[in-house]
Order: sequence, then C-alpha cells, then structure tokens
Amino acid sequence: MTLTLSHYLILGAMLFTTGIVGIFLNRKNLIVLLMSIELILLAVNTNFVAFSHYHGDPAGQLFVFFILAAAAAEAAVGLAILVLLFRNLKSIHVDDLDTLKG
Amino acid sequence: MDFKTLLFFFLATILIVAALRVITARNPVHAVLFLILAFFSAAGIWLLLEAEFLAMVLVMVYIGAVMVLFLFVVMMLDLDFDQLRQGFWRYLPLGALVGFVIVLEMGAVLAHRIFQESIVVPMPEESNTRLLGMLLSTDFVYPFELAAVLLLVAIVAAVALTHRGGKGSSGALVIDPADQIRVEAKDRLRIVKMPITREDATNEQSGEKKP
Repeated sequence: MTLTLSHYLILGAMLFTTGIVGIFLNRKNLIVLLMSIELILLAVNTNFVAFSHYHGDPAGQLFVFFILAAAAAEAAVGLAILVLLFRNLKSIHVDDLDTLKG
Repeated sequence: MDFKTLLFFFLATILIVAALRVITARNPVHAVLFLILAFFSAAGIWLLLEAEFLAMVLVMVYIGAVMVLFLFVVMMLDLDFDQLRQGFWRYLPLGALVGFVIVLEMGAVLAHRIFQESIVVPMPEESNTRLLGMLLSTDFVYPFELAAVLLLVAIVAAVALTHRGGKGSSGALVIDPADQIRVEAKDRLRIVKMPITREDATNEQSGEKKP
C-alpha cells in the first residue's frame, strides 16, 4: 500500500472537522477559538501542499506561503485585541463582551 | 506497506490526537503546547510531500514566533479556567452533529475515487526553495508585495492597539536627557528667605559658657 492523495485529503478533512468542532465546544474561550482557527488553516494548508505535490505544480505551495503570512498577521492582531480586552475588562469571557448590546 | 506509509500514519495519529487535545484541554497553556505538537507533526507530513521549504517555515516562523506569542499571551493573562469551560458539555451535541455533517459531505466528495492509485506528476527537477523563489520573483511578485504590505499593516495595528499612550505611563520613571541638560540652578536650588533671629537672647541664657 502506497500513499495516495486521498490519505492526505482525509487527514485534512479530519483536522478541519476537529477545528470546527473546537469552535463549537469552546464558545466561551477566546484563546481556544483562535487556536481552532489555526487548526482549520493548518488543514487547508495540508490540502494545498498535497495537491501541489500530486499535480506537480509549485504554485500550490506558494499559496500556502501567502496563507501563512495572512495567518501570522491575523494571530498578531487577534492577540493584541485579546490583551486589550483583558486590560479593560479583566476577563476574556465571551459573555462579558456585550458593550455593543448585540 | 513501505516506510513512508508507516511514517505517514505515525505522524497523522500524533497530529489528530494533538488536535483533539487542543480543543478539549482544560488549561489553555496545555492547549497551546498541544498545538505546537500538532504543527510539528504537520511539518513532518509536509516533508513527506516534498515541501521542504514550507515545512521549515512552519517550524521556524509558526512554531518559533506565532506559537510562542500565543504562549506569552496565555501565560500573561490571569484566567479563570473553570469559567472558560462553561457550556462545554452543553454545546457538545451540536458540535458533534455539525462535525458529523462535515465528515459526511467530505466523504461524499472523496468517495468515488478513494484510495485509487494517484499518478504523481513530477515537480521540476530543482531544489524546492529555489523553485519557490523563482516563482515568487516572477509570476507572484505582486501578491508577494501585497503580503509585505499586509504584514506592515498588522505590525502597525498591533502596536497601535496595545500602546499605552505617552511616556512614563507604564509606571517606569522616564526622564528625557534633553531636559536634564537644559536644567538651571534655580530649578534645583531653592533659596529660602528667613527672618533674622536675635542672637542676644540665646547668648544671655548661655552666657557663662561663652568666653
């Protein structure tokens, strides 16, 4: 049995599902929400790399490169907002974030 | 089953278990550490796919910078772990249902040609890094520069969000050297004018001691 594209796609699907379920389970915890998003991005990146390998097209790997840049920016700004929230509210509980009365 | 397949299953098992621990860990610090393990295994899987440059970038940039930033922030915040777990079990059925539907949909997409022997179209015979570098500086120059601008905006945004206003507000005593140089004697020395006290009164009381 040799490795096929399906192996990697199924692995990506499992990771993606784990990330989605993580968002549902940790509704109250902003930090784990951010980490679930990282997991989802990792699943997408794994799919990109797998397709790039099996189709012989390096453009897929470049796409992963750009996704990594965007994810790093997202993590930096997200954590900055988190620190700011904690400084003002002394908590990162999602239920406390009701200033906008939404 | 050859060695590559064995290695794939080994890494994939660690990856999935670590990902599950990320979303179920009680302590956010443990969650970050398991996320680091997951990224490390993913880097190994990318190496199996011959994406050497990206695997190294994942280890160095992602684990080395972004995850350590996560770890810093999580450790810096003083969190109430039990309050954060509130509603965990209440949302479990809904989460499991959505996860099941996603698995079903992805299975339907992949089912018709699952585990079929796939043909590997060979990459151009070059080093992976060189290949990506050539592409990045020819076809993808414009997105590359856009990514640079995006990172710059992210830096400015992160600093602007967490900056605490003027100097000295962080509690530390900050003195501008220019102010120190410009200082004059009247700023430091205060001459106090006092009424003259009569020396005679004291002399009369302790007159005998004086010569």
